[in-house]
Formats: sequence, C-alpha cells, structure tokens
Amino acid sequence: MEKQEYLEIVDSKSKTPNILENAFISFLVGGLLGGLFEILTTWLINLFELSEQVALGWSLLTFIGIAILLTGFGVFDTLISKFRFGLIIPITGFAHSIASSLLDYKRDGLITGLGSNMFKLAGCVILYGTVSAFICAIVKVIIYG
Amino acid sequence: MASFKFKNSYLGESSTVSSQNEKINTKFSIDDYYDGEKTTEDTEVKMQKLVIKDMLKRNSADLIVSGDLSNQIATSNKAVSEFPISNLGLYSACATYTEELIVASSMLASGASNILTIVSSHNLSVERTFRFPIEYGSPRRVTQHFTATGAVSSLVTKTPTNIKIEACTIGKVIDFGVKDANNMGAVMAPSAANTLIEHLRDFKRKPEYYDIILTGDLGKLGSELFKTILSKNDITLKNHMDAGQELILDKNKTDQGASGPVCLPLYLIEKVLTNKKYKRILIIGTGSLQNQTLVNQKNTIPSVSHAVSLEVIS
Repeated sequence: MEKQEYLEIVDSKSKTPNILENAFISFLVGGLLGGLFEILTTWLINLFELSEQVALGWSLLTFIGIAILLTGFGVFDTLISKFRFGLIIPITGFAHSIASSLLDYKRDGLITGLGSNMFKLAGCVILYGTVSAFICAIVKVIIYG
Repeated sequence: MASFKFKNSYLGESSTVSSQNEKINTKFSIDDYYDGEKTTEDTEVKMQKLVIKDMLKRNSADLIVSGDLSNQIATSNKAVSEFPISNLGLYSACATYTEELIVASSMLASGASNILTIVSSHNLSVERTFRFPIEYGSPRRVTQHFTATGAVSSLVTKTPTNIKIEACTIGKVIDFGVKDANNMGAVMAPSAANTLIEHLRDFKRKPEYYDIILTGDLGKLGSELFKTILSKNDITLKNHMDAGQELILDKNKTDQGASGPVCLPLYLIEKVLTNKKYKRILIIGTGSLQNQTLVNQKNTIPSVSHAVSLEVIS
C-alpha cells in the first residue's frame, strides 16, 4: 500500500472530536465562570466597600486559589475532561498549568525542577499574551491616536 | 529475510504486577499509582524489583534482558542494579517484550541456560516523558491510548516447559508518514501488518495455522487499519485479538484501549496462556518509536513490530 493512500484511510477512519459540542460546552462553562466572577466582585465591592480595582484583584486571587487547590486534590484534570476549554481559557487554566508543572517537578530540585519547569506550559501564554497585547496596543494607537 | 526458528527455547513461569486500572488478575497488584513511594519512577522501579525478586526465589538466571519506556531505559537499569546478574538493556517501545524473547532465545542458542526478561510501564511516568505534566488536564483525543501500569518478568529457559518458543520474525522499521503522536494505532498498524505478512511468507503459513494472533497495543483504530492493510494483501484475519484493546480500562479515559510494553505480556500470560483453547499462538509486539524532540520538530513517526510464535505442548 502506498503511503498517500494509507494516510487518506487513516484520516477517514480517525474520529475527530465534535468541535461544535465542545465549543458549546466551553462557551456555557466559561460564561458561567465569568458570571460568577462578576457576582463575586460586586459582592466584594458592596460588602467590604472596596474599590473596583482591589475587588477585582481579590476575585482573581479567589479563582486562582480554587483552581490550584483543585489541581492539588487531583480533581481539576477530571473537570477539564468534562468541561473542556471552558476551564482552560479563563485564569483558572493558567493557574492550573503552573500548579500542575510545580506538582510534577517538585522532586527534581529547586533549580532543575521547580525553577526551570514552572512555566513549562504557562510560558507560551505569557510570551504570546505579551506579544499580542503589544500588537493590539499599536493597533489602538494607530486607530485612536 | 529475518525469520528464525529456535530449537531449545522454552517460556518458563512468569511473575506479574499491575495496578487496579488494568482490571486483570495479576500475581501482585499495587493499590495506587504511587504505592507509598515519592515518585512514580520509584514506583516503577519497585514493581520491577518485586517481580524480579519473586522470580529469583525459585529460579536462577545467567542474564537479565530488561526494558521500559523511560528516557534512556533508566528505570529498568535502576531496578536491575540491585541484583548481581548481567544485564542487557533493550528498547523497542511497546515491542520490547517480543524483542526480549528473541534476544533471550538466541542467547540460549549461544550457551546460556536461564534468562529473565523484564518489562514495565507506568502510566504517569509515561505521561511525563511523552506528554504533559501529570496533573495537567488536557482534553484527551479520541485516538489516544492510555498507558497500562505494571511489570512482567518471564523466564526463558533451555529446560523444557509446556510452552515452546518456536520461531520469530524480526520486523523492519517502517515509516508510513503519520505525524500524530496521539494516534499511535495508525503509526503502528503498517509495521504490524508488514511483520505478519513477512512471517507468513517466510514460514509458508496461513493465518489459520495459528489459534490466535495477538497484537500488542494497536487499539481499536489500529486494529481496524491493520486489518485493512492485510485485506489489501489478500489476507483475512479471523483469529486476531489486540491485547491493548482487550485490557479493560476505564471507558472515560480512552476509547482505544491500553498501550505500553506491558500490555502484551500481561494479557498473554494472564489470559491467553491460561486458556487451554490456544495451542499455536503468534504474538506481535508493536512499538511506536517516537521521541518528543523529533515529534515536536514535526517529524513523521516510524514503528517496528517483532513477531514470536509460541507453541503450547500439552
């Protein structure tokens, strides 16, 4: 059998994930998280009379804390298999990627383990996040002056 | 041609260990992926030492042939370092067990009399070596396998037992252009088919000659592709079984089945050899020879499969 023919057969037989279904689940879960975040922030502002800036910070910390705790208890990866990117795109996913790397390399030493592997997965988020923020800022300057 | 017959080579007893996830009755089992150790690598070493110690209680060995999936086969070297026996480390990914049987049988022809083979794999160690950090929850692909956890040690001996290692076919390394490391079934199917075709041709046998043709860890999709390639070569298989697919793992974790070098021996020893129905058995270990660096550099993944024919003498 020729390679090309084989690759075509592989493509036709390999099931691809249901993108629409996954996108819908991610949209719902991501939206729900965003909603909860808003509720928490408003509640913090009203209850503790915080400024919006400070309240936002506390809400972020809460979400990050919960994500890290759930990663540590080994629950977060199970949740992700159910809720897909709804949990990865928000800040919970970022916290999870750092926490999981830290857990994985904690026995490999402070420098060769934790230090060099902490941002193994999150590094690309930081790098491309900064690059895209830079490009967006330039676009903004060009359009609005 | 790389098919050989062995004269005085027999498969002796085996010792097996697996985790709860494999849902197969093994001699020993571990309660969880750590089993009281600090790292999963330590657990894998512990499993290997457990089965080797168990085998050495009743047998002597001139040589150990060992292999696993860790980088530079460090795990099995670590385990073997505790025993004062010479060691040959082998790597053919998931075809390691059949490679070990072949090497051990040829060593017997050169004068050795008892050889221990040892293979192991650990789900979490493999995840870290080939994929993401353990706790990282990346949604699993439909075509992805789930690595089995366990270790198997078998004795290959000159002293006749009821299982004869009759012949072998050493496979070619075949690259059919699949780049997806998450679709190992598609990577391995062409080499499994090629080895089987060569084996049947070299010994002038028909697939029906065997009571069972047991492949290592092709999985659901891999088995389907394997049969497709064979049917293009006018071979129809009625007696095929895939060890990876048969090892019942949690359906939520994988659609394809188990993978890892330990799949084939676990299923062979605990299910096939215990079943009186099977007299002539062909095992084909299928190995996907990937390495994360080469995969990241967008290389295609080659694979190799070795076949060993076993005869149960009653």
